[in-house]
Amino acid sequence: MDREQLALLKELMALEFTALELHLYLDTHPNDQRALMENNSACQAAQAARERYESCYGPLTFCAQSGFPWQWISDPWPWEICYE
Amino acid sequence: MWFYEKKLQYPAKVGRANLQMAKFLITQYGGPDGELAASMRYLTQRYTMPVPQAKGLLTDIGTEELAHLEIIATLVYKLMDGASVDEIKRAGLGAYYADHDKALYLVNGEGVPWTAAYIQSKGDPIADLHEDMAAEEKARATYEWLINLSDDPDLNDTLRFLRQREVVHFQRFGEALQIVQNYLDCKKVY
Repeated sequence: MDREQLALLKELMALEFTALELHLYLDTHPNDQRALMENNSACQAAQAARERYESCYGPLTFCAQSGFPWQWISDPWPWEICYE
Repeated sequence: MWFYEKKLQYPAKVGRANLQMAKFLITQYGGPDGELAASMRYLTQRYTMPVPQAKGLLTDIGTEELAHLEIIATLVYKLMDGASVDEIKRAGLGAYYADHDKALYLVNGEGVPWTAAYIQSKGDPIADLHEDMAAEEKARATYEWLINLSDDPDLNDTLRFLRQREVVHFQRFGEALQIVQNYLDCKKVY
């Protein structure tokens, strides 16, 4: 995986993690309006990064469009990536 | 239902292959306080939670634990990568090799296979949430012992991330317990 792809992947990991952390917090604080706004913008940022990644490097998620041939099965899989 | 996302939650890094650490770390894959036990515990208990906050939280943390299971698997896979049979024997993994080669399998550090007896699903939300909080603390302690055993800064970075997640989950479960307790108190009519 080249540096550019890895950088975009790591950016997406960070954005999705932010969204997850807010998501868990909201499960037990459903009336926290500020956290809810932060959650919504974190989700928007993560979705934009995911779409950018998938349009360049193929699907990361179940319902993403693929170039030809079927890109879902293309290497590397997550456990094969060198994250350095 | 669930879908797979073809990425890790956090970059799983190891500085160098290390069979001894692989042997220790595999307990977080299939051991008593490991990630599979955590995920199965929460995803099983959620059905009998009385309030939406607890149903949501158990679903979401149970799902996150599967992402941690994948991180542990990745670390063990990388720690064993390229090892020779001789090195495997020297690290005390000869018996593991005989059964599994270098494949991932759900065991603790001593080779004991995962069992549903590691978890409970009591049907009493107060009992279940207390078990969940204890489980998070036990997993946190396990990560601390693993960090003590490891001298690999890259591996320790990933283990510290996982330890921190246990701390956050403990906090959230405590909040859910409070919500359930308030709900049960309100329901009592004399």
